[in-house]
Amino acid sequence: MLDDFMVRAALAGIGVAVAAAPLGCFVVWRRMAYFGDATAHAAILGVALSLAFSMSIFVGTMVVALLMALVVSVLSGRGYAMDTLLGVLAHSALAFGLVAVSFLSGVRIDLMAYLFGDILAVSRGDLSVIWGGAALVVALIGWRWSALLTSTLSEDLAYASGINPKREQLVLTIALAITVAVAIKVVGVLLIAAMLIIPAAAARPLSRTPEGMAIAAGLIGILSAIIGLRAAYVLDTPAGPSIVCVAAITFVATSILKGLGHQR
Amino acid sequence: MSLIQVEDLSVRYGARTALSRVSLRVEPSEIVTIVGPNGSGKTSLLRAIIGAIKPFQGRVMQASSLKIGYVPQKLHIDETLPITVSRFLKLPGGVTAADIDYALTQAGVPELTKAQLSQLSGGQFQRVLLARALIAKPDLLLLDEATQGLDQRGSASFYQQIETVRQTTGCAVLMISHELHVVMSASDRVICLNGHVCCEGTPAVVASAPEYRALFGTGTGGALALYRHEHDHGHDHADHCHDHTKAVE
Repeated sequence: MLDDFMVRAALAGIGVAVAAAPLGCFVVWRRMAYFGDATAHAAILGVALSLAFSMSIFVGTMVVALLMALVVSVLSGRGYAMDTLLGVLAHSALAFGLVAVSFLSGVRIDLMAYLFGDILAVSRGDLSVIWGGAALVVALIGWRWSALLTSTLSEDLAYASGINPKREQLVLTIALAITVAVAIKVVGVLLIAAMLIIPAAAARPLSRTPEGMAIAAGLIGILSAIIGLRAAYVLDTPAGPSIVCVAAITFVATSILKGLGHQR
Repeated sequence: MSLIQVEDLSVRYGARTALSRVSLRVEPSEIVTIVGPNGSGKTSLLRAIIGAIKPFQGRVMQASSLKIGYVPQKLHIDETLPITVSRFLKLPGGVTAADIDYALTQAGVPELTKAQLSQLSGGQFQRVLLARALIAKPDLLLLDEATQGLDQRGSASFYQQIETVRQTTGCAVLMISHELHVVMSASDRVICLNGHVCCEGTPAVVASAPEYRALFGTGTGGALALYRHEHDHGHDHADHCHDHTKAVE
């Protein structure tokens, strides 16, 4: 079964959707969308470094994504507005990454594959990395779920209940770095944030509890991956962007449903 | 021993000193109120007690296994986060449906179990926060201007609820309040703060202290006179008001 490239692609897409769903909910609730973007864009620098030092791309991107997230955490609250800071860091990381890649003489790499993903070329090895990473992210967030939710609602409430919100923030940062490293092959650095935010946002009108929203986001993500891949196959469109398009259409649909519900 | 003991606490934000050498204790089942003008470090004091800010100097000691229920000044629930009142109250873990009903009843809003947190009115929300603070059966309740945004009737009934909770559960209360007349009648002890402890003691003692009058004027004199009349039995030895002029502006 795994010999079919479409099956491997679908499994890869589902793996990313599963990891992105609970994390994406926190990204939406904590208004970290741009933070996710910055971390993802930094990953292209990770790709360049991995190739230069012939490391595994997964490890390289994860390390750089993690460093990026830590730099943002350290620099925040030092005189710049968060969106300015993230805008500077995200785009500089992307630019430096692209420049770094051009220095790699002798290695011919397909830059497009890292910018937009190359889901149809997912190997069995990639699949095990993707599913291993996804399982790690889900386990990490599941383990810290209550503490994460409490710190998201209010840092002071968290402190009063003996939870350290700074530590919970670090948990999210690590989960984000893993997700970026896992998703780069599937949707590419430019669209990772989309897989985090769009399914979660589309799930919001359908949910009454945080858990419900995470599950709904997972289902929407999985459906988007399957339908998007199928559409890419039939219409001969790029696979990663097609998945994101389906998620975006779902978002519009649930928003309209919500609007109709309000009118009645 | 005391539930909490703050010793010589100083808090700084960069170069600005928010609190300087504050010491205080809270004993079991007493209601202590902190009053003080804006920017006098009241919220910083509570946040240092829950451990949200690190002291620049001094320390905060808690009785072993002390359970704190904290009601913050305001709490913004993002519209993107769907959560019902009952799910919110279950967050600390190990909470049963009966606990939720009991806490909501104690807080005076038993009907809100299934409501969405982001849809509540200001008064309902403060009561849900109170329920959330009560659900862990705390030894100490910390209230940071918990009646902000409530009308006079709402805040009066809120403080009545606090008094009832104290009587039924025996928990101590440390609160910040701007409503001087309420404070003066409901508290066992008042601490007047303005970056440092200006004066402290029973409401009557504080109300007649020159430091307090310098900060708040004598506008609430009518209500206080009544109160003082009833309680004018001489001073407890723990009460003191030291003389200094720093706070007078």
